[in-house]
Amino acid sequence: MADEALVVLQGVNKWFGDLHVLRDIDLTIDRGEVVVVIGPSGSGKSTLCRVINRLEPIQKGTITIDGVALPEEGKELARLRADVGMVFQSFNLFAHKTVLQNVTLGPIKVRKTSKAQAADQAMTLLERVGIADKAKRYPAELSGGQQQRVAIARALAMDPKVMLFDEPTSALDPEMIKEVLDVMLDLAQDAGMTMVVVTHEMGFARSAARRVVFMDQGAIVEIASPEQFFSNPESERAQDFLSKILAH
Amino acid sequence: MAACRVSPVPPLQWFGATYVELFRNAPLSVLMLLFVFGLTKAGVGPYSFFASAIVVLSIYTSAFLAETFRAGINTVAAGQAEAARAIGLTFPQTLGIVVFPQALRTVVGPIGNLFIALIKNSSIASVISVLELSKRSNLLIDQQGVSPIPVFLGAAVAYLILTLPSGFLVGYVERKVSIKR
Ligand SMILES: Nc1ncnc2c1ncn2[C@@H]1O[C@H](COP(=O)(O)OP(=O)(O)OP(=O)(O)O)[C@@H](O)[C@H]1O
Ligand SMILES: [Mg+2]
Repeated sequence: MADEALVVLQGVNKWFGDLHVLRDIDLTIDRGEVVVVIGPSGSGKSTLCRVINRLEPIQKGTITIDGVALPEEGKELARLRADVGMVFQSFNLFAHKTVLQNVTLGPIKVRKTSKAQAADQAMTLLERVGIADKAKRYPAELSGGQQQRVAIARALAMDPKVMLFDEPTSALDPEMIKEVLDVMLDLAQDAGMTMVVVTHEMGFARSAARRVVFMDQGAIVEIASPEQFFSNPESERAQDFLSKILAH
Repeated sequence: MAACRVSPVPPLQWFGATYVELFRNAPLSVLMLLFVFGLTKAGVGPYSFFASAIVVLSIYTSAFLAETFRAGINTVAAGQAEAARAIGLTFPQTLGIVVFPQALRTVVGPIGNLFIALIKNSSIASVISVLELSKRSNLLIDQQGVSPIPVFLGAAVAYLILTLPSGFLVGYVERKVSIKR
């Protein structure tokens, strides 16, 4: 795959009131690349994800996706957002809709796909994430791992250019983490999906990521390959952080 | 109205809030008298008493309804709206497809109570209608010698028209609640 820039952040700054949560972020993500974002709590990882599909506005800088700058809130932005899939820590499946309806909603309402075609595609995706037998169930009837896999299928149904994952496994029981990570690995390696993944799962970072982005206090402190970052981080802050998460 | 209050557009928020605060806090009888007699005096109208009562009661009740809905909307987790926006739904779609249907579930009970209150409130309309009707009918009888009986019968019918649909609505709402539980 060509090293072609898909998501470009330039000089991105964001404040929540007086709180400076993103500081001069420059980051280019190539098509087909997997980037893992890591850093202490409150360092701005979630916010970084949320500004990429503009769930949060930025006050300074530019963000382009496939060459198009993110527009202001409105119809156009909604269309652009459809190209950016997002998977949340807390799944956020639509509680009043079945699994199948969760996956077909976007294609029907946003892409104007016919109901039959959307259902076909949804079933294919649900099979891919190993949960087709639960298509008629409601989210509350599923385990966390199953819900998260449905959420991944829901995002994939929009045929996104890039997928954002904000700590997709940190709300899960340990025995369910693997089933979700496996789906994500499959996406990264076999489907060549462009992915930004906030996670502290080092195993995933090592096997799927090309680069690790380390953030602290709203700034990118270090960008390195997973091997280099986990065995020999350059910055003191990264060393400090790693020694803490490796301690347990 | 509830949509106004949760919308990202400040003027709509203000409009929604003003509407709610104005009509929720004004005493119903005052609103009623204002509309029924005040507007006629001001040369607007005269509308039929029945129409005025309906207008006042709807305005009054809708202010409470809006607040109930808003509370319902707030209980729908923010994550739901966020997920909806993330798949590319527009703001109205997010409200209509994801937020409102879930908010509705949490407010059926309180809305039932509102409609019961609406029925009770309509009795205020009846008190005023008696006042007005007796004045009107006296006037009619004095000036034109019309018999007051049909006039009062008309008032009774009007009252029923007001209360019966409300009664049906309460029944409907209660059925919905029982399905949910
Ligand atoms: N909606 C908001 N309003 C005000 N401050 C916020 C808001 N969202 C996040 N913040 C603040 O912005 C900073 C960065 O938050 P963010 O959620 O991006 O961190 P994070 O790296 O994802 O942390 P965690 O690992 O705990 O998820 C934090 O100080 C947080 O308190
Ligand atoms: Mg976070």
